[in-house]
Amino acid sequence: MNTSKPTYALETEQVVKTYESDFGTIHAVDQVSLAVKPGEFVALVGPSGSGKTTMLSILAALLQSTSGKILLDGQDLADMDDARRVALRREKIGFTFQANNLVSYLNAVENVELMLRLNNKLDKAGKLRARELLARLGLGERLYNLPGQMSGGQQQRVAIARALIHNPSLVLADEPTASLDTERAYQVVETFAGLIHEQQRAGIMVTHDLRMCEYVDRVLQMRDGKLTRILTKHEDILNLARSGKE
Amino acid sequence: MDTRPTMKDTVSLSTYLAVKEVWRNRARFLLVSLVIALITLLVLFIAALGEGLGNGNREYISKLDAQLIAFQDKSDFLVSASRLERGRLASIRRVDGVQDAGIVGTSSANLILAGQLEPLKVALLGVEPGHTGEPLVVEGRQISTDLADEVILDRNAAIQSGLAVNDMLTLRVTQGTRDEFYDLRVVGITDGQQYALQPSIFTPFFTWDRIRPKSEAEANNAEAVGNVIVIKLADPDQADRVTQQMVAQVRNIEVATLDEAIQSLPGYSAQQSTLNTQGAFTLFIGVLVIGGFFQIQILQKVAQIGVLKAIGTANPIVALASVIQIVVVTAVGVAIGGFLAFIFSLTFPPTVPIVFNGTTSVIAVIALLLIGPIGGLVSIRYAVKIEPLKALGLS
Repeated sequence: MNTSKPTYALETEQVVKTYESDFGTIHAVDQVSLAVKPGEFVALVGPSGSGKTTMLSILAALLQSTSGKILLDGQDLADMDDARRVALRREKIGFTFQANNLVSYLNAVENVELMLRLNNKLDKAGKLRARELLARLGLGERLYNLPGQMSGGQQQRVAIARALIHNPSLVLADEPTASLDTERAYQVVETFAGLIHEQQRAGIMVTHDLRMCEYVDRVLQMRDGKLTRILTKHEDILNLARSGKE
Repeated sequence: MDTRPTMKDTVSLSTYLAVKEVWRNRARFLLVSLVIALITLLVLFIAALGEGLGNGNREYISKLDAQLIAFQDKSDFLVSASRLERGRLASIRRVDGVQDAGIVGTSSANLILAGQLEPLKVALLGVEPGHTGEPLVVEGRQISTDLADEVILDRNAAIQSGLAVNDMLTLRVTQGTRDEFYDLRVVGITDGQQYALQPSIFTPFFTWDRIRPKSEAEANNAEAVGNVIVIKLADPDQADRVTQQMVAQVRNIEVATLDEAIQSLPGYSAQQSTLNTQGAFTLFIGVLVIGGFFQIQILQKVAQIGVLKAIGTANPIVALASVIQIVVVTAVGVAIGGFLAFIFSLTFPPTVPIVFNGTTSVIAVIALLLIGPIGGLVSIRYAVKIEPLKALGLS
């Protein structure tokens, strides 16, 4: 038995997701294969309806693929029942969403600690780490503020801290800058990218704002459910980000 | 790998989430608790009123040191419709298994109160001194002889009249076409022994027969006639056998247990079922109020629950957190309502028939504590069914 750690934190092979409708079968995701290494930050871009959000939902173990393989730390999501998928999301995945990210009745530090509580790992060291992470994200003065007392950018930064605090293998971000102004959006993505690189997590960000690709290592473009283009050269990625056009 | 959280983890996390949410939104939750407090107040008062009215009707009978009551045949166990001559007493005492028996006569009278224009209406009960039917005094002494001009007051009569042991009282009764006045001495005071929702005064049976309200025809009747005979058995477990034997041995009587006699009191069953129905409807309204509130609350936080589930919160934690919230909000409401009911009960005059009986109140409180989880069932089910994908707008 091969016990060596997989090279890729996330690998997918020929992932397909189809829906039946009155107009026939819709291929929301069509034969998508990709791999993301620890410490790599990838942007998944594409126009509306291209399948990027569906792909993200499949990678997040929130949606079952129709066929194909999705390996997270070598474990195939397709083989898992609901309880194991819930546990996988809790232990191995970190999330930030477009909106309604935080639990409204928990303050910033409690929101971050929640991931440790869920994983039964909240100890003194964990509490300290949560405070340090929030301080690094510029929220040292906001530890005890409720989400309603923070700006959108601050809330997104708390969500980033929550996504990383439990040392997940994969960090997923769905349009993390959608509700932010440009300056805040750049700050959030730059911080996010920095932490992913530093903590050696595999990160995937779904975004329609190509300017945010400036901070990623690779860009995966989707169209009609298929992976149509992959940019790996930093120069190409910068050109895409600056032009803002696919 | 066992991925399920342990029961301890589930309870601990659910409690944490539930308590944080309630505390951080305490004004909103307190508002619901106050609504539950008002429902509690209403339910407790209806229960207390039911108990008070029921008690006022049955108190004397329910406290009798007896198991059976003999009525005139075909009186349908109605005390007022039953007439039994005192001569029957000897026949009943002779029945095997009867330890003691005493005749009881019931009527009403007006107790003249010094310095007050309105007399106090009381139940005037004739009992056999030293026999079943005579209540035990808690102050003073028992009635001395069969013909004594002595009375025992029940606690309610003593409180409402202000009379004490050794005081003289005056009763006004109508006999024939004339009002007659009788002076009697208070020799003892017993605990609460209301009869027909009136405070009671107990006199020796023969004295009662002399002073009770009566028509012209009754006034000329030489034989003393009471209403019922209360019977104490040597062995209460033999009630059925003794009843059969008594009915066979003594002519023109019917025999009821104390419970049957209470249920046959005029209006008693109808009154109790009316109040019980009111109480049940109030509880039902409580279920709807709590159910409605928590359903609205869940609908408002669908996205929030979606986030919790997306980041790996298991369904039992979400469900248990909702249950804990409902129980906390209901318990706080019931506690506030119970406290208010207690405070209000202290302000009621003794003439209001409200009795906060321990058992009845505990049953009402348990019912009130159950309406929360029952009302919240739909919202808990809804919370469990929330799909994180849909809740987050990812589908």
